[in-house]
Amino acid sequence: MLLGCNNTASNSNINYNQQLASEPGGTMIDAMIGEPSGLIAMIAGEASAAQISAQIFNTLLTYNKDLDIKGELAESWSVSDDQKTITFTLKPNLKWSDGNPLTSEDVLFTWQLVTDEKTRSPYGADFQLVKQATAPTPLTFQVTYEQAYAPALDSWSGLQILPKHLLKGKDIHTTAFAQKPVGSNYYKLDAWQHGENIKLSRNQNAVLGQANIEQLITRIIPDKSAQFLELMAGNIDRMGLDPIKYSRIIPARPALQEKLNLYKELGNSYTYMGFNLKHKPFDDIRVRHAINYAIDKQEIIDGVYLGLGINIASPYKPGTRWSNPDLNPYPYNPSKAKALLKAAGFTDTDGDGILERDGKPFAFEIITNQNKEREKTAVLIQRRLKSIGIAVKIRAIEWASFISRFIKTGDFDVVVLGWGLGLDPDQYSIWHSSQQEPGQFNFVGYNNPEVDRLLEAGRTELDPDKRQKIYHAFAKVLLADSPIVYLSAGYGLSAMHKRVQGTIDPIPPAGSAYDAQKWYIPSAYRSNQISAE
Amino acid sequence: MLIGISLISFFIMHLAPGDITDNEASFDPKSSEESRAQLRKLYDLDKPVIVQYGLWLKRMVTLDFGKSFASHQKPVFWQTTDKDGNVTKGMIQQALPITLMINIIGLCITLLLAIPLGILAATHYQQWQDRSITLFNFIGFSIPGFWLSLLLMYWLGVVNNWLPISGLHSINYESLDTWAKIKDSVSHLIMPVIIPSVTGLAGITLFVKNGMLDVLGQDYITTARAKGLSEHKVVYQHALRNALLPLITIIGLSIPGLIGGSVIAETIFAIPGMGKLFYDAVLMRDFPVVMGILTIGSALTLVGNLVADVAYAWADPRVRRGVMRN
Amino acid sequence: MHNNLLSRILANPLAKAGFIIIAIVFALAMLAPWISPYDPNAINVKAILFAPSWQHWMGTDGLGRDVLSRMLHGGRISLLVGLVAVGISTAIGVVLGALAGYYRGWVDTVIMRIVDIMLSIPSFFLILAVIAFLTPSIINIMIVIGLTSWMGVTRLVRAEFMSLSQREFIQASKTLGAKDARLIFTHLLPNSLTPIIVSAVLGIASAVLMESGLSFLGLGVQAPESSWGNILTDGKEYIQFAWWLSVYPGMAILITVLGYNLLGEGLRDALDPRSDAQE
Repeated sequence: MLLGCNNTASNSNINYNQQLASEPGGTMIDAMIGEPSGLIAMIAGEASAAQISAQIFNTLLTYNKDLDIKGELAESWSVSDDQKTITFTLKPNLKWSDGNPLTSEDVLFTWQLVTDEKTRSPYGADFQLVKQATAPTPLTFQVTYEQAYAPALDSWSGLQILPKHLLKGKDIHTTAFAQKPVGSNYYKLDAWQHGENIKLSRNQNAVLGQANIEQLITRIIPDKSAQFLELMAGNIDRMGLDPIKYSRIIPARPALQEKLNLYKELGNSYTYMGFNLKHKPFDDIRVRHAINYAIDKQEIIDGVYLGLGINIASPYKPGTRWSNPDLNPYPYNPSKAKALLKAAGFTDTDGDGILERDGKPFAFEIITNQNKEREKTAVLIQRRLKSIGIAVKIRAIEWASFISRFIKTGDFDVVVLGWGLGLDPDQYSIWHSSQQEPGQFNFVGYNNPEVDRLLEAGRTELDPDKRQKIYHAFAKVLLADSPIVYLSAGYGLSAMHKRVQGTIDPIPPAGSAYDAQKWYIPSAYRSNQISAE
Repeated sequence: MLIGISLISFFIMHLAPGDITDNEASFDPKSSEESRAQLRKLYDLDKPVIVQYGLWLKRMVTLDFGKSFASHQKPVFWQTTDKDGNVTKGMIQQALPITLMINIIGLCITLLLAIPLGILAATHYQQWQDRSITLFNFIGFSIPGFWLSLLLMYWLGVVNNWLPISGLHSINYESLDTWAKIKDSVSHLIMPVIIPSVTGLAGITLFVKNGMLDVLGQDYITTARAKGLSEHKVVYQHALRNALLPLITIIGLSIPGLIGGSVIAETIFAIPGMGKLFYDAVLMRDFPVVMGILTIGSALTLVGNLVADVAYAWADPRVRRGVMRN
Repeated sequence: MHNNLLSRILANPLAKAGFIIIAIVFALAMLAPWISPYDPNAINVKAILFAPSWQHWMGTDGLGRDVLSRMLHGGRISLLVGLVAVGISTAIGVVLGALAGYYRGWVDTVIMRIVDIMLSIPSFFLILAVIAFLTPSIINIMIVIGLTSWMGVTRLVRAEFMSLSQREFIQASKTLGAKDARLIFTHLLPNSLTPIIVSAVLGIASAVLMESGLSFLGLGVQAPESSWGNILTDGKEYIQFAWWLSVYPGMAILITVLGYNLLGEGLRDALDPRSDAQE
């Protein structure tokens, strides 16, 4: 078994369906398409970096399985009466993986780093609102905001705490620390084979206790189809799937289904079609409503997501407290759409099947980035709009050009895109009228004083019930205004080899990967493992 | 020459409407335009174009391609050592040997196959051997490489489990003994080396065949035959040597094609070589890496051509004399 | 001349096979609007990924579109990309090659320097970078492939012109005071046509392959426009399941490129004076 990393014939007969007892050890292998540039999340920026660094570093706060804030490095925290000061108390005896103590000095140092101009962190904005930060004792860390800031706790759940003793005085952009980080979480970096794999192993000093699985290996496999072949061959244990793989390919192969558990969970994201509100005729609310009625969202969910999506009416994950249950999506109603367009002055004067206003045909271009699902969605929209007399062209553009050439310049009519959201309901940066500069996120040019007021109020209101009312009202205005057409909230789909056990069933609100440190690989299923050390 | 290359690579960079800051932080609602402006300044993207070109030229001459935009810490070309003695390997330094190795092995295999096939086709000109070799070559040359790769990955890696599907090493490579390490590396290299060579095979076989046909028609071969030398001797001692000479030049010329062709194979087989590095850099708008690879790739070609010229001169007595006279 | 060329092609078995393949492929692509059983963009969400059957000879894709119809229409794009790209590279190559070969001197030096520079840069890298930066569209792809593959033609035409210029009838016309343009267009160019045609035909073959490679990297012809390259790329994700999505476009590319290569090499044989001698 020297070359034993392959799934040899002998273990293809193993029955993976028995539930075995939890025990430490084993190796889990997953794959990613791109390699992180470094493992300091606050400057690396890519999703791949965040995914690995989250195994290595801790945050002050985190979310529990029902998505309520709980302490991670912090034992407790308290908010002052004026809502402007938060005091965190750290758990005692915290240690870095190199054995040095982890104290509030490290937290303060991390805050200084993320807000330092020289760091140029894309994630600095939240933390720059902190007027003053102090570490009065080794176990206390205190921040004071200029004014009450509701998303504050959420922001601290996203800041990975870095070790002061290794980074003080170093240039964060060039330090070798990014290639060999030292953290405090369940795992530490073992080896990083550039372009091939990243190996993590258990951190003996982990502040939150010991994880079960001994080694986590992430292979870098840029091509998704190659990745899926590796999953089929049993060489990787886990990967994300698209709807066709999830509901067609795997179910069609009993041998594969024997080995894999499939996961389906609603993500905190949605797909939409956004109008450039500065372009005619999208400034006309009747036109926006007409297009909204003319698009069959269920058809998109069935055709593109094979039923694995949900029709939505507010920009929040359905079923959470921020999502307004009283709102309903625009139904598919082409005759209403036609009536609205007629009211807006569009008629087919020359009989070519395309509507005109002032002699100009109603035609526009939908742009989207290169994403199979979005391209297909655009094609379905194109067909529906054609049937009510609107000529649509589609253009799929590679991401960097898409952003710089079309979104930043505002040189587009309609986009099909998605928003991935955080857990805090604040959407100031997406909808507030002040956020329309090139490169800012309100690129559709939405401007509604009432929404502005609600978003401002929501940011400073810390009472969850009052906040909920504010955001429900916000979603209602947004739906009525229809600056974007909600298309669907898609499910996140993934497959994991059955030899990895200990996942929570049913999937908790925090996701299938919640408490992944409790996953384990029973030794009977470790046949394709490296013997540890 | 190098100035030309530098101009072209610089010009290409400035076709790009996007810059690094579009990809690095963009479209995460948490990153602000202000921080992106800071990034742009860090990388001199706010300076006038001519100044940027000056900086670039200076760097090219000193082989200092600066640091990557997209992965802040990494030097583009060669390793750097910081004041604490930590060595950061250069991106090209890491990627180049892999691509070179794969291409050199691939080229050797191609030659080992192409020369005998070419001779066979020439000696059996217009017979079934020639026809089937020609047909096989044409099919190999015409098939989309990534498609063939995926089919073979599925067949050899999933259905039969004979070869690893992707990557350069098994994950337990470090713990293997030397013999197993060699076996592991070889098995990982089989598909990525052989599939691209199939494409090159056609051209070189044809070249050898035509060269042989030319030479076999020459007077001195006829003379040799007339002298009663065996056909074997005629072909292998007299004709082959002369037919193979021009091959040296062809190999020199094929270098840029080989390096360029590595993009697709490296992406599909998850190999961290020059092609993959370049493709990523293009998508990330990582200008220093793109420019560095274009320059190093071109320099390699120049070196390759030089080596080919020297080898040609060494191998061909006529040219050798010509050189002497000059 | 034309009859002559055609009969020569048909006399050579390689060229004949290639010619027939290309003729059939072109005929199918040309007739696509009339012979396609379905609208290539007609969606049917109830018929996603159907295997080949009597209704859909080549099955359906991820949006229930008929693969055969998309193949026929995609063929138009793939063939067009090949033709236009090579048209551009041949035009540039002929002009620069003619200038260099006819005028010699510094013109030649400058042009050949540019050729050397272009030849030393890995051209696929160049294409990749330029297309990514300019955003991939059919037009950009054709132009960029054209602009990066003219060097071979330039060298060829230059060499041809140089050897022709030495010939007596050219020298004679020159001394008689014939205009440069007249010489080039009536004497030199027609006489170097053969190698130009051969290299153009072979060039189309590699342009078609190039487009499929670019599609694989996401930089080829973009959806919803179909080309063989992007149908194949769509299909590669499901190669073990919906085999019809990758096998048919893969075979189409293979056969077409094969056809061009056979035709090119066959032409070279057929038009090569050396092979005349052997017959």
